[in-house]
Amino acid sequence: MAADSALLLGLVEEFVTGQQDSKAEETATGVKNGQFTILQLVEALGLSLTSSEPQTRGRGVQLLSQVLQQCYGNLQESEVEVLVTFYENRLKDHYVIMPHVLEGLKALTKCLVLPPGSAVSILKSVFQDAHVQSLMLAQRSCVYCILINLMDSREEELKGLGSDFVFGFVQSMDGERDPRNLLLAFQIARKIITQGYEMGKFTEEFFEVTSCYFPIDFTPPPNDPHGITQEELILSLRAVLTGSQRFAEYLLPLIVEKLDSDVQSAKVDSLQTLAACGSLYGHKELSEFLPGLWSSLRREVFQTASEKVETAGLSAVSALVASLSRSVLSSDSEDVLHVFLDLILKDCLHHLAEPDLKLVWPSAKILQAASNASYRASLKVMSAVMPSLLEQYNTQTQVSRERQHPDNVLVEFQKPLCSAVFSALAESSAGLQITATRLLTSLGKQSGEVSNDVPLLLLLLVKSVLANHFCSLSSSLAVMECCGALAYIYPEAFAMRMVPRLKEAIFSAVRRRCVTALASVSSQPSLVQESVPVLLQILTSAHTGMGNSFSSDEVTSVCHSLQRIAEQAGQDPEVGQIFHDIVIPRLLGLAIQAALQGETLSHWPAHQVHYASLMASRAVRLFLDGDVSFLPENAFPSNLQLLKVNSCYQTRTVCLLMACVCSLPRSVEIPEVDRLLVELEELSFTCLHPFSYTSAAKCFAGLINKRPEGRTIKTLLLRYHPLSTSLTDKLFSLLGDSELASHAADGFYLLMSDSPDVLNRGCHANVRIMYRQRFFAENSAKLVQSFNSARKAAYLKALSHMVNNLPKQVQLTELPALLPLLLEALSCPDQGVQLSTLSCLQPVLLDPPAALTTQLDGLVARLLALNSSPSMKVRIASLRCILALSHLPDHLVLPFRAKILQALAVPLDDKKRLVRKEAVLARGEWFLLGNPGR
Amino acid sequence: MSGGTRLENANPLVFQRSGERLLTATDEDENVADPIDDREIFDILIRTVLSQSINDPEHPLSLEELNVVEQLRVNVNDQDSTVAVEFTPTIPHCSMATLIGLSIKVKLLRSLPGRFKIDVHITPGTHASEDAVNKQLADKERVAAALENSQLLEVVNQCLSSRAISGE
Repeated sequence: MAADSALLLGLVEEFVTGQQDSKAEETATGVKNGQFTILQLVEALGLSLTSSEPQTRGRGVQLLSQVLQQCYGNLQESEVEVLVTFYENRLKDHYVIMPHVLEGLKALTKCLVLPPGSAVSILKSVFQDAHVQSLMLAQRSCVYCILINLMDSREEELKGLGSDFVFGFVQSMDGERDPRNLLLAFQIARKIITQGYEMGKFTEEFFEVTSCYFPIDFTPPPNDPHGITQEELILSLRAVLTGSQRFAEYLLPLIVEKLDSDVQSAKVDSLQTLAACGSLYGHKELSEFLPGLWSSLRREVFQTASEKVETAGLSAVSALVASLSRSVLSSDSEDVLHVFLDLILKDCLHHLAEPDLKLVWPSAKILQAASNASYRASLKVMSAVMPSLLEQYNTQTQVSRERQHPDNVLVEFQKPLCSAVFSALAESSAGLQITATRLLTSLGKQSGEVSNDVPLLLLLLVKSVLANHFCSLSSSLAVMECCGALAYIYPEAFAMRMVPRLKEAIFSAVRRRCVTALASVSSQPSLVQESVPVLLQILTSAHTGMGNSFSSDEVTSVCHSLQRIAEQAGQDPEVGQIFHDIVIPRLLGLAIQAALQGETLSHWPAHQVHYASLMASRAVRLFLDGDVSFLPENAFPSNLQLLKVNSCYQTRTVCLLMACVCSLPRSVEIPEVDRLLVELEELSFTCLHPFSYTSAAKCFAGLINKRPEGRTIKTLLLRYHPLSTSLTDKLFSLLGDSELASHAADGFYLLMSDSPDVLNRGCHANVRIMYRQRFFAENSAKLVQSFNSARKAAYLKALSHMVNNLPKQVQLTELPALLPLLLEALSCPDQGVQLSTLSCLQPVLLDPPAALTTQLDGLVARLLALNSSPSMKVRIASLRCILALSHLPDHLVLPFRAKILQALAVPLDDKKRLVRKEAVLARGEWFLLGNPGR
Repeated sequence: MSGGTRLENANPLVFQRSGERLLTATDEDENVADPIDDREIFDILIRTVLSQSINDPEHPLSLEELNVVEQLRVNVNDQDSTVAVEFTPTIPHCSMATLIGLSIKVKLLRSLPGRFKIDVHITPGTHASEDAVNKQLADKERVAAALENSQLLEVVNQCLSSRAISGE
């Protein structure tokens, strides 16, 4: 024991007079181990604590505080009591000691065994003896922490202090400037409000001391280690200011005042704070200030140039209206909601009557915001707005104002609204029709509300589908969209009422629209069942020649519609079943029949077969995703013979075969696949008909791709198969050939681009990731190597095809090496190469790599030379590149300004308008370069 | 535009914008020469690219929407190399009339071949000090001198810059 106390004395001695800070740590460890007690430490400190030197006393207290910070959990209640009294006395001591005293108190307030009454006495002493705002930053933060600790653990005792606590806090934080401390202070203030501390007569002082920071303007210093943002401060202050209804009388005038500010962020903050008030305040708080608030809000929304302010203003209007609608009325007060809405209506309504003036839009937005806030508000706004809108609509039908109807609560106005929509649909203005159909769609989506009117609606839609005046593309598109959306909700009604009507009209003049409409409504199985037979019937009649009236375009659109239905159906097994049972057999049957009839079928052109095949492939994919057990063996045994016959009409059906076979998942085994491959190969090499042999080659490629072991290069490439290299080499050698070079170069395009019908992921093809990058990495070097040979043009073409299809990130990394070649390509006489290179350069110029800067001279010269190219497309592309150059950093491009401006004067007088247009754009930007006001 | 300042004309008439010029087959034909016409000049002033249209510094609306420039009031003769543009200030006392006229003139100078003679003036009877403004705009030396003034040039460039779309 004696040894221990000697040791302790030594530690204290070394810390206090020896100034060795590490000794505090050792002492704390000793106390934690139970080697010494706190009381022993105090005894050992005795001399230093009573020293006449403030520095020495400070050092002593510092040691004690540091130990306490680590050991406050081990203290006894009696010990805490003694220490609290000691520290409270020290608060009156010399200012040098103050920081350490506060540290100690902070540690003590964390004690769970703080004796009753100590919390109050600590606070009283702190408020009385420590003048907080004259302390240093760290000590102020210490005081706030003491407050927070005590509020957490001793809420009841503190509330016993009454409003004195709030007063003490107000005095301590008054004048605080550091953002870190402010966050703490706002946290305390928020607690005072939410935990219901008594504010009494200090409410206004409390509000003053916090609201003086509003609106917060804080820019964190660069490299701020504390990471405090303006946003954080704004939100925590807003939580305080909007936390209590008692602040309303002070806050609302403050907001009105701050809205007059010229600073945009201050306005936005004020408006957002106002919106936040909405959730707590009721009519009692708001009523007095409504006229003032409204006039500020109106000014902000009407006159602002900033979208942010406008949005914030509108949401504040919404919040106010919502809170007014919520509040319970007392029997003697008038309905403030109506008063406020009357104010709004008075100022906005007359603007609606002048639809050509600018203020009509903000007025409409305010009305929308108000009526979206609550049911009651929308009722009131609607009843005021609708008659005038309808009247206006009746008098001047040119401009559509329908967008002011909010999408909710329209029951009351169902009838007039519907009639407005009806008459709008009958109008000839396309814009009006579109708005009306959109409105109809949104009405329809409020399921339940229009369900009574569905028959009426449908009648209307049928009318508009069939009506001849729906000639503009966008309006008929809107109608179709509307049909699609509503059919999804009311499939029965559509099946019952719309499909039969369309069926009747299918042989009339507007049959193409009927077909599209059928496709767009077929989103539910029940509707598909109704509509698909109709479409098939058209195909049959077109095929048998009965409906000679069907043009090939129309048949194509039928196929297109079927394809769309298949796409819409997604994974729906029921629709898949319908396609499997009905559509595919019928289609195959028709196609084969048509093929056998040969040349007579002039109305069965190639592109239409193409559609059918796309459709079939989608359908097969769709169906098989759900059910792999289905094998299409029975579907095309006859196709195999078709492949042998050398009539191009029959071989065309090979694309149907391709569609079915190539979309199968890899796990499905295809019967007689070897024989099929042989025949396809033969066909693709012998047949002279281009459509047939490309289809055959595609089909072959598709099959190879899925073979367990194994145009064929692309297939192998996709799988990254070793064989592909040798085939690519073959292609390379072809590049050297004088006749085939150009075709071979185009071959690279085929290799690098995506093909929509076979060999994509959708068709279950085996596609390795990044095959393009790999191919590029392996082959670009070869291209560059052989570049110096005679066939420059072909190599450049191949290169630009390859680069064009690479993802941008890869392009950027490869560019430094390829840039000289691309520049070379620009001066190549082949226009195709020039165009392809320019289109590959332009996106790169928008975000240029460093390597480009050294080449700028050559690039500018070559681009300018291309301005006199005989091809307008090349001229346009090069002007676009020149425009892109103007966005490079000023110091790089300024040297070229004069030269380019002079050179661009020539294309300003180009004989083609499209070229002049690009020249004007580019020259305008180059003029601004390096000039004030850019 | 803050709440403190008041606009000269806070609630102007807004006019519908004309649609995009439709592409015709001859536009794509290499062998046909397209003469410079009224619509092309109008598009340069208003809709070359919407964001590049000259903005009235007072309103974040395009000059077309404010009806300051109309296609009707643009006259081009490609053969004689002359362009005449009349513009209409939103109100008879618009203080911006000279600036708008200057911006139009500068835009045309930069966008037309050098052979054109460019005449920009106020639609007769639409502005209080019409003659004075017209005289300023017609005086080559005064226009050149105005563009030497870097502050004025800055405002004009802001009107012509693609970045001067909103009132930020």
